[in-house]
Amino acid sequence: MPPQRVLLALLLAALGSLVLALATGSVSGVLSALFDPSEGAASRSEVLWQLRLPRALSAFAAGGLLALAGSLLQALLRNPLADAYVLGVSGGAAVGALLALLAGGGLAGMQAGSAIGAFATLAALFLLARRAFFGRLHTAARVAEEASTSVLLTGVMLAAFAAALLSLLLALAPDVQLRSIMFWLLGDLAGATDLRAALAALATLAVLLAAAATQARPLNLLLRGDLQAFVQGADVRRVRRRLVLVSALATATAVTLAGAVGFVGFVAPHLMRQLVGNDQRVLLPASVLAGAVLVVLADTVARTAVAPLQLPVGVLTALIGVPVFIGLVRRL
Amino acid sequence: MSEAQIECRGVTLRAGTRLLVDALDLQVQPGNRWVVLGPNGAGKSTLLATLAGARSADGGAVLLGGRPIEQWDVQTMAAQRALLPDGWLDPFAATVLDTVLTARYRLGEADEHGSRIAGQWLSRFDCGGLLQRDVRSLSRGERQRVAIATALSQEAPLLLLDEPIAHQDPRHQALVIDELARLVGHTVVASLHDLNAAVRLATHALLLDGRGGWLAGPTGEVLTAQRLSALFDTPVDELHQASGPAFFAVRPPR
Repeated sequence: MPPQRVLLALLLAALGSLVLALATGSVSGVLSALFDPSEGAASRSEVLWQLRLPRALSAFAAGGLLALAGSLLQALLRNPLADAYVLGVSGGAAVGALLALLAGGGLAGMQAGSAIGAFATLAALFLLARRAFFGRLHTAARVAEEASTSVLLTGVMLAAFAAALLSLLLALAPDVQLRSIMFWLLGDLAGATDLRAALAALATLAVLLAAAATQARPLNLLLRGDLQAFVQGADVRRVRRRLVLVSALATATAVTLAGAVGFVGFVAPHLMRQLVGNDQRVLLPASVLAGAVLVVLADTVARTAVAPLQLPVGVLTALIGVPVFIGLVRRL
Repeated sequence: MSEAQIECRGVTLRAGTRLLVDALDLQVQPGNRWVVLGPNGAGKSTLLATLAGARSADGGAVLLGGRPIEQWDVQTMAAQRALLPDGWLDPFAATVLDTVLTARYRLGEADEHGSRIAGQWLSRFDCGGLLQRDVRSLSRGERQRVAIATALSQEAPLLLLDEPIAHQDPRHQALVIDELARLVGHTVVASLHDLNAAVRLATHALLLDGRGGWLAGPTGEVLTAQRLSALFDTPVDELHQASGPAFFAVRPPR
């Protein structure tokens, strides 16, 4: 399929998923309330503006941001398994949020804590692996490949470390808070009721995607090795610094919004790679849209499947993501 | 004498604490074809990466077009020199054509001639039928020739080639060497292990012994059985044929 048509189809799917998310739920007729001036429509309109719209837009932004971070990390590490969740960034964010919560920080504290946690983990990752990532050019293909592997393995170990810290904190946490903490750790959008926060996250997504898109052509070169990219005219280190920053900001924003939603970061790019190939100029926007649709739909199912109970959206993305991950590993 | 296309002034190369090349002086004139010969680990790839500006020399200066190479802007330098590296990475699926087109990066989005030029070079290296194949499905020999076509599609006058005939069968070895020897308007610096390919390709030779020593000059003066025997620490014999000298290594000393 030509890339323009795929992008158009994804755009329509994105709009469709948002409309579906707004229309689905225990209160019906929420969308028609927009055009209904009668008294009874007011409460339905309130459901739309104060509950469903912020939540759907938050899901959209979180999905897009995670897919953006995932596809950038995969390209930078030249490995389709890289993703903020696998590399421990989401885990680090969860540790930060949990520490803030246990310190009595409340929702704002949790959000700040998760952002700090995400950045601290990425900082640790790139500090530990800085020679592999920001050092001199790897003039041998073999060395470049080993460097990527060392970053990936470092990330997996950081994820394990974050998981251990989380278990420690959970063991110390008071019982009353455990359930809400567990939900948040799995990735949960139940708390996303702030329309302004959702719009701010959408704007962040737009800015970060635009920033990444300016580096898409040189990123295509980086995929084929540092030495090759440099010789062909790409400023390897500058491209890499910028894109690492973009993926860190994207992850931190997404985790702050929706908790540690896993697997979107590599499911969406993986599916899109099958459709549009590996030209980053097309793959980046396609992955962002696919990730957004995925999380909007997953969250709609999460809050309606066993209503009035709500499932954490991260459970659903993991149920989809794990089989895809295994399929990917098997084909490597 | 015209200005050298690329020049080494007292260039020293090290790998860790090992001295590979000591104070190399080299002037590569436009249109010359240089071959770099030396035992495994002598620093041939390191020298080529240094000439490409991808690593800095451990002493001395490399001048590209008369200007210190570290002063060149990355994108402008891509119009001056291309490099065939000693290996390639294909972590994700991509067609042969898209892979070759990465060489056109320096020309920006509006590059009308990219596909035509890529197709021409692929055909000349017997890869014309591979345009839409996934690079990961190619044999090593095919992938290597695609990499050569990629380097040439960059349309830089100076070509730095790290073992261009690696993985090639006898027919394709001859084809690659002949095509490289026929290039017009290109200057070539290539490392090779095949002494007879070196004789057919090169106008000049640089010998690196891997212990700092080097010898540079026209092939007629540098490529002799005596010098090559010493360089590779193994007896090399020379046959005098009408077409020029031919070399073959006798079995290594016990």
